[in-house]
Amino acid sequence: MRRRHGVLPLALLALIAMACGKKDPVVAPPTDTGPSTPSGGGATPPPAPPPATPGGGTSEAAVRAALLADLANVIHFDYDQDAIKPEDRPILDRKADIMRANSALRIRISGHADERGSDEYNLVLGNKRAISAKQYLVNKGIDGSRIDVTSLGEERPVDPASTESAWAQNRRAEFEITAGGERLVAPR
Amino acid sequence: MRTVRAVGSVLFVALAGLPLAVAAQDTVRVGITYRPGVRPGLVVLPAPGLDSVQAIVARDLDYSDRFEVIPLTQPSPSDGSRGATTINYAFYRTLGAALALELLPAANGNVTGRLFDLAAERLQAEVSVPLDRTGVGDGRMTIHRLSDEIVRLGTGQWGIASTRFLFLNDGDKRIWRVDSDGAGLVPVTPAGVVVVSPAWSPDGARVAYTQFSRDGSKPIVIQTLATGTRTTLPETGGSQNITPAFAPDGRGLMFARMSDLGVSLYGANVKDLCCVERLTGGRFAENFSPAYSPDGRRVVFVSTRAGGQQIYAMAADGTDQELLVPFDFGDTGNSNAPDWSPDGATIAFHREVGGAPQIYTFDLAGRRPKQWTSSGRNEDPSWAPDGRHLVFVSNRTGRRQLFVVDTETARTRQIMTPSVARLPAWSRPIGRPQQ
Repeated sequence: MRRRHGVLPLALLALIAMACGKKDPVVAPPTDTGPSTPSGGGATPPPAPPPATPGGGTSEAAVRAALLADLANVIHFDYDQDAIKPEDRPILDRKADIMRANSALRIRISGHADERGSDEYNLVLGNKRAISAKQYLVNKGIDGSRIDVTSLGEERPVDPASTESAWAQNRRAEFEITAGGERLVAPR
Repeated sequence: MRTVRAVGSVLFVALAGLPLAVAAQDTVRVGITYRPGVRPGLVVLPAPGLDSVQAIVARDLDYSDRFEVIPLTQPSPSDGSRGATTINYAFYRTLGAALALELLPAANGNVTGRLFDLAAERLQAEVSVPLDRTGVGDGRMTIHRLSDEIVRLGTGQWGIASTRFLFLNDGDKRIWRVDSDGAGLVPVTPAGVVVVSPAWSPDGARVAYTQFSRDGSKPIVIQTLATGTRTTLPETGGSQNITPAFAPDGRGLMFARMSDLGVSLYGANVKDLCCVERLTGGRFAENFSPAYSPDGRRVVFVSTRAGGQQIYAMAADGTDQELLVPFDFGDTGNSNAPDWSPDGATIAFHREVGGAPQIYTFDLAGRRPKQWTSSGRNEDPSWAPDGRHLVFVSNRTGRRQLFVVDTETARTRQIMTPSVARLPAWSRPIGRPQQ
């Protein structure tokens, strides 16, 4: 299975777009085509790029990269819990706003667990986390049929170490565009 | 063609001329009286020309935990010419042995194993099987079958050498298999496909597992080992399906399906590849990791209906559900990965103790959990066909590896694998008719 088309490229894209600014507009390649699964590495998203450049128009590529980065932003969970943490609510609120502004957009949420629970229960736990995130978006008015969920259990850690900080990074839900990501408009 | 010739007076009549498969179904015990917990001393005589066979058999007999295999540092001086009349019974008795095994080349590529009763000073039984004398590749399994027959001749119970483990290799996320003695390590599932939770078919010909498809779905895939043919179980292609388990008749398969409303157990007919039906109801509870009783009538599984994960049982059609392994609410750790012993008497599982899973058994007659491990994390037990050995995963030596424990002696050995090994499944005997 290929592992390099998930969150990390989105984050890199945002960084590239920021680095390039308006002087060298980047045509963002679609990142939502072809087989892919969420990969680790998206735990620390880059800051949103500046919305506009003085004296010129908004860089479309930068806006797009920012939207993609917001959509890809990872949320985290407490040990053996699937409740959305208060600090992650703005991340999900932003995704809901983007999905509301882009009605063709469909996403897949993948839930992950740290290595400590039972291997097979961790598949269940990952699923619960993905469903918890989906339910949050549905409660914000997003049609549930636009959101697929899957679980990767403990099979795809961001950090394979057996430490508290690694486990905290690995207990997460990742977000991937499955359709409608070719053209994105920013929510008002 | 296999033949058994027992030299004991009554048994000679009982067994002479009968195929071994017939003998396997009765309760006749050949040779010494088998007493649990007592391991007769056994010497495996040097076998010129059969060195590989001798070494593999000696190790198999040791791993059976039914004999005290006594190494021969020097052969008996009077064993120069082979045969019953020249066995130096007194010499081997001084080593503490009750039995001696002689391996001889026989006609038609066979190897004959002869078991001598050292106290009675007589040939007790012999077995002749065709086997690959080089002891390489799949030929090793024929030698393991000889070992298992010798165990049966010596104790009345089948050995477990002619078996294999399936496991998830964490390095490449493929399922691999390895022989019971740690040899014959080969990948089973294709490269580049992430899978989990291997389960043997009862005849050892197929393996079922959960595949992580690229569209995010988790079909149950059934793979035929001999051909590599892989078939997706119908109606599992677009959903989240985990923890498959074959029914003992090889026709049924149970698994868990995850949805927005919870995790339920489903049954399917894998002979006709049809008829997926939901067996457990209940919204917002998780039921998963099923394992059948040997008669196929009941299923042990994990449920979160009381909060944490604990061990429940039900009829194979989903009715008559009950808590199986007692627990103290809020006090007992999560319990997972149940497996029903082939003799029907005992459930193995793991339970978290102080934050780390440990291997437990639950004796259905005595109804008491017994803890088998305490060092490191020990998880995902699977029963051997003899109903006394368990394979499980432990990180006691660092990274997770497979270990085998004998639940009569607590003797433990490690199966070496090159990467992290997880989720082992112990086969029924490979190539032997079902008992």
